[in-house]
Amino acid sequence: MMIDFNSAIPSGPVEDKWSNHLEHVNLVGPRNRPSYDIIVVGTGLAGASAASSLAAQGYRVHVFIYHDTPRRAHSIAAQGGINACKNYREDGDSVHRLFYDTQKGGDFRSREANVYRLAQNSTAIIDQCVAQGVPFAREYGGMLANRSFGGVLVERTFYCRGQTGQQLLLGAYQSLQKEIDQGRVILHSRCEMLDLVKVEGRARGIIYRDMVSGEIRSAAGEAVVLATGGYGAAYFNSTNAINSNGTAIWRAHRRGAAFANPSFVQIHPTCIPVSGDYQSKLTLMSESLRNDGRVWVPRKKDETRKPGDIPESERYYYLEERYPTFGNLVPRDVASRAAKVVCDEGYGMGESGYSVFLDFRDAIKHQGQSTIAEKYGNLFNMYEEITGESPYQQPFRIYPAVHYCMGGLWVDYNLQTTIPGLYAIGEANFSDHGANRLGASSLMQCLADGYFILPQTIGDGLQPMFRDKVDTSHPEFAKTTAEVKDRINRVMSIQGDSTPLSIHKRLGKQLWNHCGMSRNASDLKGAIDQIDGLQSEFWNNLKITGSADDINPTLERAMRVADFLEIGSLMCRDALTRDESCGCHFREEHQNAEGEVLRNDGDFAHVAAWEWKDEDTQQVRHEEALEFDAIQPATRSYK
Amino acid sequence: MSQDHDQKTITVSVRVWRQAQGEKGGRFVEYEVADTPLEASFLEMLDILNESLVEKGEDPIAFESDCREGICGTCCLVVDGLPHGPSQCTTCQLQMRNFEPEAKITIEPFSTGAFPVIKDLIVDRSSLDRVIQAGGYITVHSGPKPEPNSVPIEHEIMEDALDASACIGCGACVAACPNGSASLFTSAKIHHLALLPQGQPERNTRVKKMVEAMDDEGFGSCRNYAECQASCPKGISIKYIGRMNSDYIKATVLDTDRRGSMHAT
Ligand SMILES: Cc1cc2nc3c(=O)[nH]c(=O)nc-3n(C[C@H](O)[C@H](O)[C@H](O)COP(=O)(O)OP(=O)(O)OC[C@H]3O[C@@H](n4cnc5c(N)ncnc54)[C@H](O)[C@@H]3O)c2cc1C
Ligand code: FES
Repeated sequence: MMIDFNSAIPSGPVEDKWSNHLEHVNLVGPRNRPSYDIIVVGTGLAGASAASSLAAQGYRVHVFIYHDTPRRAHSIAAQGGINACKNYREDGDSVHRLFYDTQKGGDFRSREANVYRLAQNSTAIIDQCVAQGVPFAREYGGMLANRSFGGVLVERTFYCRGQTGQQLLLGAYQSLQKEIDQGRVILHSRCEMLDLVKVEGRARGIIYRDMVSGEIRSAAGEAVVLATGGYGAAYFNSTNAINSNGTAIWRAHRRGAAFANPSFVQIHPTCIPVSGDYQSKLTLMSESLRNDGRVWVPRKKDETRKPGDIPESERYYYLEERYPTFGNLVPRDVASRAAKVVCDEGYGMGESGYSVFLDFRDAIKHQGQSTIAEKYGNLFNMYEEITGESPYQQPFRIYPAVHYCMGGLWVDYNLQTTIPGLYAIGEANFSDHGANRLGASSLMQCLADGYFILPQTIGDGLQPMFRDKVDTSHPEFAKTTAEVKDRINRVMSIQGDSTPLSIHKRLGKQLWNHCGMSRNASDLKGAIDQIDGLQSEFWNNLKITGSADDINPTLERAMRVADFLEIGSLMCRDALTRDESCGCHFREEHQNAEGEVLRNDGDFAHVAAWEWKDEDTQQVRHEEALEFDAIQPATRSYK
Repeated sequence: MSQDHDQKTITVSVRVWRQAQGEKGGRFVEYEVADTPLEASFLEMLDILNESLVEKGEDPIAFESDCREGICGTCCLVVDGLPHGPSQCTTCQLQMRNFEPEAKITIEPFSTGAFPVIKDLIVDRSSLDRVIQAGGYITVHSGPKPEPNSVPIEHEIMEDALDASACIGCGACVAACPNGSASLFTSAKIHHLALLPQGQPERNTRVKKMVEAMDDEGFGSCRNYAECQASCPKGISIKYIGRMNSDYIKATVLDTDRRGSMHAT
C-alpha cells in the first residue's frame, strides 16, 4: 500500500487556517464519546494533557506507561520554562513574532501552518495552567514574571524557578488523577508498549509487556495516541532520563508510520561535561543560565591559572565576539557548535580539554548573590552536588550534550501519522521545530498538542468508525502477540557474551562521533557499517540473565537497544542523504567562509519522511515539500 | 586490583536486600564493588555492580531510577538506615566521593505497610497516587480561561506555594516515619492548593477526601516525630501538617449547603 502523505493543511491565509479547520472538522457528539476507547501511551506533558482532556470530553481513555506513576515521565525534568507570546513586557511580542522566531530558529525546515497554530495556542496554555494552580513565578506586584531564552529578542518565557517541567507536569498529572478517580481514565502503569496492532490498515490497539509479571497482553481501541517522548537516548549519554527510549515510535514505524527527519537531534550547549565511561547520564544546566552567565575560554592554550585569576583581556568571550546582537543567547545549535570549535582548536578546559566556562562573576557583582540565588539557586546547588564546585565561587564548566529530537513520526495537520487512527504528539512527532528547537518551546508544543489540538482534531478521524468496534479477540491481535513473544524468546535464547549495556555504549559512541554536532559523508558511511556490525553482534552474541517472566531490567534494555540500533542506522542514512547543512545538521561539506551552516533551499526545502518496507529492503525516502507563504526563508544570522 | 590509584577510585562493600517476587521475606547479600570511580554517583556504583553480575550470569539487583538528577522521585533506597542516605538529597544524587574508602554500605527498600516490596529494592508506591486522586487537584477542563493577570498573586505567596509543590512524590517521608505516615506528602499538596485563589472552591472537600484517602490506604497517623522533614530531599516543612490538620477540622465542622453558605454539621 502506498503511504498517504497528505498533510491536510487547510486552505486560506496562515492566520485563519486553524479557525477555518475547526469550523469544518468532524465532531463526535458528547453522548457518543463514552463508546469510543482511546489508547494513550505516555503521560509526559503531551500524554497527560491529552489523556485528561479527552477523558474530560467523555471518551474512555486507556493510559499506558512504563513508569510506576504518571508523574515520573521525563517531562518532569524540564527546567527552564515555557514560551507564550503574551507580550506582557510590551517588548514587541506577538503571534507573528513567535511564529517567525520558531521558523527561523528551526532554519526553515518546518511546516508553516503547524508552527503558526502553535504560536496561536501558546497564550491559552498559560491561562490553562494558571487555572490548574501551576505556581508560575510572579513579580512583586503580583503579575506573572518572564525571562528570555536563546534565539529571540523578547522576554516571553514563563517559569517556576528551575523546575518548570515538574510544575506543569504536576498540573496535568493532577487533572489526570482526577479523571482516573472518575473512572474515565484507566491507568496501566509498569506496562511497556512493544507493538502496534493494525486491522485493515487502521491502528486498532497495542501489544504490551506487564513489566512486573512479564506477561504479554493487548488492548484495543478506536484510536492510538503515542506520546512517548524522544529517542535521544540512542546516543547512550544524553540529558534524557535513563529509561527514555524509541521503541514505541519505532515499532509503529515498522508497522507503516513514516519517520520524519530522524537525523535532526538537538545537542544542548550547557551540560555538565562527561567525566568517565561509567557515566549513566548527562546533566543539563538550563539554558536560562545564559540570560546572566557569560560563556568564555582563556585566550591562551594550555592555560593553567584558575579562572578567577585570568584577567579580562585574556578571556575569549567567543559568543559575544562572534554574535554581537544575540551574544550568549544565540540558539542552541550555534552555541554548541561554537563550543566544539573552540575546544577542537585547543582552548577547552578540564582534563579532557572538552569544556568551556559559563561565568556568573559579573552578574553576581551587578545583581547581588541573593537575586542570582532566587533565579537559579537550585541549578547552582545541583551543579555543586554533582561536581563538588560552587558556581558562586568559580564558573560552571560546561559542554554540549544530546538533548532533544526534532525528528519523529511524521504527522499531518490533525497530528495523525501515516497510519489512520494512529496519532503522535509531543516530542514523539516530527514536530514544529524544524532543524533546531528554540529553548522553552518543547513544553509549549507538548501542551498545545495535548490540551488544545489533538482533543479538537481526533474526532475527525473517529466519525466513520462508530459502528465498527474491534476487540482483542480479532485474529490480528493474536498474530501480533505471537510476533512479540517470538522476538522476546529470540533475545532470551541467544546466550552470548555481550551485555545490552555494552552494545548500547558502543552505538552511542558511533552516533556521537559521526552523527552529532558535525557530520560528513565518509564518517556517516563508516558509522552505518559499524552499526550494522553491532546489530549482528546483538543478534548473535547478546547476553541476558534472569527470566522473561519476572522483572528483568536487562531484558527491558535489550529490547530498547535492538530498536535503538535500527533507529541509529536510519539517523545516519538520513544525515547522509540530506546533503546540505541546516540548523543542528552541520555537514562539513556545506559551510560558508565563516564556518556557519550553508542551507540548500533549492534541493532540500523539504521534510524527509522514511517509509519502512520489510526486514530485507531498505527504507524508502519520501519528500514533503515545504511551502513558505508567510515568511520567505532567509539566511539565519544571529550576528 | 589495588584501590586508590591516584585516589581516583574506592572499593566498597554493599549489603543489599534481595527478595524474589512473591516471596514473603528476603535476605541481605553482600557484594564487593572494587575500583568504583570517585566521580561516580551511588547509582552508577550499583550499575557497575549489576553489569558485573550480568557478566557472571547472575540476576542483577532490581532497583528503580530514571531522571538521575533528583526530580522524578523514582529512586528510593534506604542507605545505611536512612531513606536516600545520609545527605538531604535523593538517592540518585548521592556521590561516591562522599563515602569512605572501604565503606560497608547497607541498602534496603523503602518498604512500609503502604509500600509493599515487589522485588529486591523495588516497592509499590501507588498508594500516594490514590491520595492525590482523592482530591489533590483543581477541577478545570481544557478550554478558554480567564486572563491570569486579572487575579494578582503576591510574590511571597507564590514562592510559598512553590516550596510546597516542590514535592517529588518519592515517599521518603513515609519510609522515614516510625508510624509510616504520609502526612508530609499529603499536607504539601493541600498547602500548595489552599494558598491560591484558584484552590478555594474545592478547599474543604479536598482536605476531607485526601485525609480520608490517606487513612484508607493504611498510612499511619502523624505523631510529630518530624523524621519526615529530616529525610525530605526537597526540604518540605512540617508546618504544612499543622495547616492540614486545622483545615481538616474546619472542613469537617463546617459544611457547605446548596446555597453556598456555611453551617455547622
Ligand atoms: C533535562 C531537560 C530539560 C528540559 N528543559 C526544557 C525546558 O525548559 N523547556 C522546554 O520547552 N523543553 C525542555 N526540555 C524538553 C522537554 O522536556 C521534552 O521534550 C518534553 O518534556 C517531552 O515530553 P513528552 O510528553 O513528549 O514525553 P516524555 O515526557 O518523555 O514522556 C514519555 C512518556 O511515554 C511513556 N513511554 C515511552 N515509551 C513507552 C512505551 N514503549 N510503553 C509505555 N510507555 C512509554 C513514558 O512512561 C512517559 O510517560 C528539556 C529536556 C530535558 C532532557
Ligand atoms: S532518579 Fe529521579 S529523583 Fe532519583
